[in-house]
Amino acid sequence: MMELIVFAAAAAMVLAGALGVLFTRHPVHAALSLILTLFGIAVLFVALEANFLAAVQVIVYAGAIVVLFLFVIMLLGVDKVEAMGIDPVRLQRPIAAIVGLCTAGLVTVAILASRGSLTARPGSGLTADAADADGNIRLLARDVFSDKVLAFELTSVLLVIAVVGTVLLARKPRKGETEVTP
Amino acid sequence: MLDLVWLIPALPLTGFVLILLFGRRLGDPKAGYLATTMVAASFLVTVGVFLELVGLSTEERRHVVTAFSWVPVSSLHVDLAFLADPLSITMCLFVTGIGSLIHLYATGYMHGDPRFSKFFLYLNLFAFSMLMLVLGENLLVTFLGWEGVGACSYFLISFWHERESAATAGKKAFVTNRVGDWGLMMAMFFAFWATNPHTLSYIGINEAAAEGHFSTTTATAIALFAFVGACGKSAQLPLYIWLPDAMEGPTPVSALIHAATMVTAGVFLMVRLNPVLHVSAEYASTIIAVVGAATALFAATVAVAQNDIKKVLAYSTVSQLGYMFLAVGSGAYVAAIFHMVTHAFFKALLFLGSGSVIHGMHHEQDMRRMGALRKVMPVTAITFIIGWLAIAGVPPFAGFWSKDEILLFAYDKSPVLYAVGLVTALLTAYYMTRQVIMVFYGKARWNDAHAEHGAHGDVVEADEHAADGHAADDHAAAHTDDHGHGAHTPHESPWPMLLPLVVLAGLSIVGGFIQLPFATSLHRLEHWLEPVVEEGEHHLSVAADDLKYVLMGIAVAIGLAGISAAVLVYAKHKAKPIEPQILADGWKYDAAISAFMGGPGRAAFDGVAWTDAHVVDGAVNGAGALVKGAASGARKVQSGNVRTYAAGVAVGVVLLLVWFVLLRGVL
Amino acid sequence: MIAAVPTPTTTWYLILSAVLFALGMVGVMIRRNPLVLFMCIELMLNAVNLTFVAFAQRLGDVGGQTTVFFVMVVAAAEVVVGLGIVVAILRRRPSATTDDLAELKG
Repeated sequence: MMELIVFAAAAAMVLAGALGVLFTRHPVHAALSLILTLFGIAVLFVALEANFLAAVQVIVYAGAIVVLFLFVIMLLGVDKVEAMGIDPVRLQRPIAAIVGLCTAGLVTVAILASRGSLTARPGSGLTADAADADGNIRLLARDVFSDKVLAFELTSVLLVIAVVGTVLLARKPRKGETEVTP
Repeated sequence: MLDLVWLIPALPLTGFVLILLFGRRLGDPKAGYLATTMVAASFLVTVGVFLELVGLSTEERRHVVTAFSWVPVSSLHVDLAFLADPLSITMCLFVTGIGSLIHLYATGYMHGDPRFSKFFLYLNLFAFSMLMLVLGENLLVTFLGWEGVGACSYFLISFWHERESAATAGKKAFVTNRVGDWGLMMAMFFAFWATNPHTLSYIGINEAAAEGHFSTTTATAIALFAFVGACGKSAQLPLYIWLPDAMEGPTPVSALIHAATMVTAGVFLMVRLNPVLHVSAEYASTIIAVVGAATALFAATVAVAQNDIKKVLAYSTVSQLGYMFLAVGSGAYVAAIFHMVTHAFFKALLFLGSGSVIHGMHHEQDMRRMGALRKVMPVTAITFIIGWLAIAGVPPFAGFWSKDEILLFAYDKSPVLYAVGLVTALLTAYYMTRQVIMVFYGKARWNDAHAEHGAHGDVVEADEHAADGHAADDHAAAHTDDHGHGAHTPHESPWPMLLPLVVLAGLSIVGGFIQLPFATSLHRLEHWLEPVVEEGEHHLSVAADDLKYVLMGIAVAIGLAGISAAVLVYAKHKAKPIEPQILADGWKYDAAISAFMGGPGRAAFDGVAWTDAHVVDGAVNGAGALVKGAASGARKVQSGNVRTYAAGVAVGVVLLLVWFVLLRGVL
Repeated sequence: MIAAVPTPTTTWYLILSAVLFALGMVGVMIRRNPLVLFMCIELMLNAVNLTFVAFAQRLGDVGGQTTVFFVMVVAAAEVVVGLGIVVAILRRRPSATTDDLAELKG
């Protein structure tokens, strides 16, 4: 019973936020709708026994990424209202609608068709210890730092590169220096 | 010595290379002497090989010397090899022998020409090619020589290329030869394909024919295609047209190439392939004999009306070659080779003699401006007369024996062919006598202003006048083209030119004795050539054999009749000369070809060119235009609008999903 | 006892994420403001994360969660770089929309 209510509420939040992002004219409103979605996803994570990820979702996604979005919106002053009336490319909206419907429909069909074929793999249990409150983190950490440590290292390199690149891209040109244009 | 047979073509080739490198430095006359020495050395080697072959028994008289493996491509394995057997060595003997005499002659004739050394360059190259042709062990080496002599013929005919007519004549010779070469190539392809294991060597092909591996159709095809090639090279109907025009070349060229050597290549080829001819259908030999006889008669009729001293001899050559093919078609290969040898002697002699006359007359070639030259050029006159007697078929000179042999076999084949041969003999005697009289006898016309009409008076009025010169007085006003030759007197030629004449005259006298019909022991040439022609040689029926002496008598009588007729017309002026314009124009054959090629032929060629430009090129250009159009249409997809790109990607995703879910049956 | 109330199964989560993904895709195609476009991309990434976690729970494999962990890291890096580019472009042309950035026109 509880699960159903939780699921329903979270799903509602997610979909409402998504539709908000899609259809608001104001970019700031869109950012706020995004936060709603992200929160909904975080709740669903908890329901799916991914506690750590839920926390990370809130902190990183909702806390950092959306804030970054808002910073840029405010910095550039692109918070003007977007003209949502017509689309300059005439066929774009019909195609988008059809494509969206088809994608959702086909994937749903695929999911429904394979309902019976998911079997749990024995022995790799998600919550190793029912009494262990930090079980999830421990499990996750064990996986990341042993099996997937190479990926971990590579992603850290990626982050460094991203930071350096962005700083270079986005800095204001000093006197006498030509602007870096992409 | 037999193993040195490769030297025979190698020496002229060396001469060619040396003159190529040092010719200009050697100059006149050293380049000429170098070339002559090379060919003479080749002759000595040939004599050595000949003597060694004579020492071997009949079955052993076949020696192959391989230089190197030329084309080793899976089933096509061809060596550059030489075959020294009686036939090839006979050909080599007279090619190198007469060749060296003509080289010596040319040193005198071409003296003073600005391109003296280049001439000998080509001559040596020609000698090399011709020797490769006859010494070849397989059809491919022969073909190498075949094309080589064709190319040299082109070079030498158009040697004085500043003259438009000479350049054109060279091209004509080359193109006509090419038409014939197609035939030879087809024969080669057939022979290669029909032999098992595939081979182009004569030994292989002839053995296959003798053992019956060729079907009649295949053998006939090979023989007739080879004959097409022979028609081109040896100037038979319908491909003879290049030979009269080839007289544009210097006289030594005419003597060497167009009398003694290159034009005999066709006859040589047919004799080489005689086993194939032997197993082919009956009508193949008949076709060859008929074409030969027809050509002989045709050319003889045209020669009667020619006024250029060399053109008479050119048509005479065509006619005599016709005799040789008549012999080949009648199965008389020995007679064909015999006539080839004697013809080489006397025709070369006649050509060199005419060259001497032209040289002495300061390059005047019209016989109507000659006359009484025997008084100022005695040696030339005597040797020329000997040549005349030989070709007219007067015994005991060489031509009589060989021509008689041919007529004998022709009679055995068909009396009609014999009759044609006989008429041709009559005409031959007639026009040669005409030539001798016009050039060496009668009144000296070289100083006459009215020279054109002086010789025979083609005016309608009767010319009972003994002095030909006054017959055309009433034409005095019409003559505006006096070429101003009047002043100088003709003179005898220098010794390099006279010596070959004397030698050839001697050979024309005794040359016939290699094959005398009186007794089998005197059939020396026949015995010598036996290993080459034994299967194919036709054996005279008893009836013909009995008539041998009767036919011989008839031939002599015909020859004398022709001579007397000409004497009556041209010397004694008892009768009017018959020289209708149509004969002088060669039955308008040449003109007909030009008209056809210029008219419908040209239209056809233009049609082909149009097809190439529009259909073929059109297809290619069309493909390009199509691609261009499609590309410029496809270009519009790149709108630059990111959202449309995104839409494209999304559509792709949907399609993939469709495929996976619906079509591949995730369901 | 109340009539059997359905418990959300994995299928429900998966279908939800499919819908979310489709919405994100539509958003990318429709919105012209570059920043909102980015947000729609984030929607798609989140849908994928949800799928992974749902499977991880169902299959009892923590590998799914590790993947999500990495996806989040990479998404963060991507947003950083993307926004840097957007800043660099829009500094010059403040009112540009995605339609105006069409220099790759063929």
